[in-house]
Amino acid sequence: MQEGLDDGPDFLSEEDRGPRAVNVDLQTDATLQVDISDALSERDKVKFTVHTKSTLPNFKQNEFSVVRQHEEFIWLHDSFVENEEYAGYIIPPAPPRPDFDASREKLQKLGEGEGSMTKEEFTKMKQELEAEYLAIFKKTVAMHEVFLCRVAAHPVLRKDMNFHVFLEYNQDLSVRGKNKREKMEDFFKNVVKSADGVLVAGVKDVDDFFEHEKTFLLEYHNRVKDASSKSDRMIRSHKSAADDINRIASTLYTLGTQDSTDVCKYFLLVSLPLQKIEARVAADEDLKLADLLKYYLRESQAAKDLLYRRGRALVDYENANKALDKARAKNKDVLQAETSQQVCCQKFEKISESAKQELIDFKTRRVAAFRKNLVELAELELKHAKGNLQLLQSCVGVLKGDT
Amino acid sequence: MQLDEEIEDKFELNISITNPEKVGDGMNAYMAYKVSTQTTLPMFRSKTFTVRRRFSDFLGLYEKLSDKHTLNGYIVPPPPEKSIMGMTKVKVGKEDNSSAEFVERRRAALERYLQRVVFHPSLLQDPDVRECVCVCALSGAGFLKMINRATDSLSKMTIKMNESDVWFEEKLQEVEAEDQQLRKLHIMVDSLVGHRKELSVNTGGFAKSVAMLGSSEDNTALSRALSQLAEVEDKMEQLHQEQAASDSFCFAELLADYIRLLGSVRASFDQRMKTWQRWQDAQNMLQKKRETEAKLLWANKPDKLQQAKDDITEWEAKVTQYERDFDRVSATVRKEVLRFEKEKARDFKKQIIKYLESLLQSQQQLIKYWEAFLPEAKAIA
Repeated sequence: MQEGLDDGPDFLSEEDRGPRAVNVDLQTDATLQVDISDALSERDKVKFTVHTKSTLPNFKQNEFSVVRQHEEFIWLHDSFVENEEYAGYIIPPAPPRPDFDASREKLQKLGEGEGSMTKEEFTKMKQELEAEYLAIFKKTVAMHEVFLCRVAAHPVLRKDMNFHVFLEYNQDLSVRGKNKREKMEDFFKNVVKSADGVLVAGVKDVDDFFEHEKTFLLEYHNRVKDASSKSDRMIRSHKSAADDINRIASTLYTLGTQDSTDVCKYFLLVSLPLQKIEARVAADEDLKLADLLKYYLRESQAAKDLLYRRGRALVDYENANKALDKARAKNKDVLQAETSQQVCCQKFEKISESAKQELIDFKTRRVAAFRKNLVELAELELKHAKGNLQLLQSCVGVLKGDT
Repeated sequence: MQLDEEIEDKFELNISITNPEKVGDGMNAYMAYKVSTQTTLPMFRSKTFTVRRRFSDFLGLYEKLSDKHTLNGYIVPPPPEKSIMGMTKVKVGKEDNSSAEFVERRRAALERYLQRVVFHPSLLQDPDVRECVCVCALSGAGFLKMINRATDSLSKMTIKMNESDVWFEEKLQEVEAEDQQLRKLHIMVDSLVGHRKELSVNTGGFAKSVAMLGSSEDNTALSRALSQLAEVEDKMEQLHQEQAASDSFCFAELLADYIRLLGSVRASFDQRMKTWQRWQDAQNMLQKKRETEAKLLWANKPDKLQQAKDDITEWEAKVTQYERDFDRVSATVRKEVLRFEKEKARDFKKQIIKYLESLLQSQQQLIKYWEAFLPEAKAIA
């Protein structure tokens, strides 16, 4: 089914400008391939070009593209969540909203401060900020792509009508963002849901598998949340330190080019490795660890939501049983109660059946994603440390040899 | 540090400051440092000796040297800065990391200061310097005078000099530009030290949360890998902490030393200007006395004439003397600046190498940790 499917976000490091590599095992999925072939960042929105290749008869052509915006992805995701038929599946988490605000603000501040720095400093800072903007951009594209690929890989969700419309309909879906009232409604819905969630979670499950999963997921989700926020904090500090080092290296370079005294030579020499060392590591840690944790924070929430829906169905089923017993005892509205109980029973059993497989697949995916990213993180750290070591060694060699 | 070439080949001189010890209690407490000298210089009676000195002793030494030598154009090395905050913590007995760090920073700074003084071939001849390193009692303990006397006045210098030697003008401009750059750098390095310390703390927090995550992960191999990752991050916390210390000790302290030293360099230039001014003033005075004589001759007042002639002789002598002083001080300043630049190049080179080597070591450690982790990550199944 979904063996070998790697859904972990796989983001390019800045070096790799080849085709984006979201590793999807295509053996079972040759009938439907989805990717984001292009993206355009406009003033306050991003336009994604969603490209589909399919041999399925549902589509008019074998290959086609449409342009979609973030709100349309959210509409698709929400339509899955609201669909009762899909209650028994882990709904792939929605991609986060593209957020360029911080980056844009920095670029604006740079523009304002242009007069107060040298031309070299300005150019360098501009390059850095542009690289940062580009990295955020690539990340948001990858997140949206991962969402679509997960849907396309899911044996049931891939057949969804809304999904096909999303992929094929080449006009605007006219999906507007929620207005204030709808947002308030959502807010209250969530409050009710969490309260209900607590109640539902309190009901002990007869099935060991699900009982274990419930406990496990609750703890796991909380710990991923904590790890994710701590990793963000760590990476922010690392970025600040890297920024400082860059500034220091620039100043040393300026000092070093002022004239040709010995001291200037030394400044020049030491500015070179300093410029390379820190920034790289900070960027890669960001990609591998933080994004992995953030993604699994959202996925584990989706898994929890599945358990909640099943728990809800179980409570409904048990309530329906009690109602049936009461009805039989009073011999009143028995048929109604029987029908109702059957519906609840079917719903519950349907969810339970698919939920079990979904949760097992979730585990497999998670382990594979962590493995891939941890290995890549270690390899990157080693690559950079070795490169830095060489650079530093040659620098020290030159300095020591210079009498 | 290396001795001036003249003495270098013949004699050895090693000075170190160690063993800071708190003496006394409460607000009257102070730190006493051990000053150890090992030398073959004949001016000292023995080959090895130690004394105990406190911070105010070094300040006292600077004042004495400054009073005697700055006016001759010498660049007298400035002592480390006073720090009321830092010392108060030590006095009150706060035994934490920051007060230990403060004491270590001060010890190292005092050592560098004393070494600079002792390795200055002219200052070494001064008996006060000898007294600082090898006689027991020194100036009265317990009072901290305002230092920066010579360096204070420089900010009020507005003497316009007719510079006959453009070397001095160019050098002074270089010194001022360098002072600006070093101050800028120092601020940046301080910022870096702060961020690295923050990074260290946050890495530690992250390590703990990864360990927690690992313990709740139910896939055994992944669980183990995560706890290994937690250990790696723990070690990184330590590495960042050490790197911050190295940034601070190698880099920031070096910059601070040279910002202060440049102050002394400026003071010597100012001193030269003062002697020039004195010479000019004497020339003006001589001119006035000659005018007085001429007036008296014309007014035919023979009794005051002799006084006027005596005055002229006196001021002629002063003009000659002050011109010689100016030439002498100019020559000294020039020599001192060249010497300073050589020492600066040596100092910076040494510290830069030390700093790079500390970075190097960090990278080597990093490689070790991640190489140990990689197989664990690959073993996840």
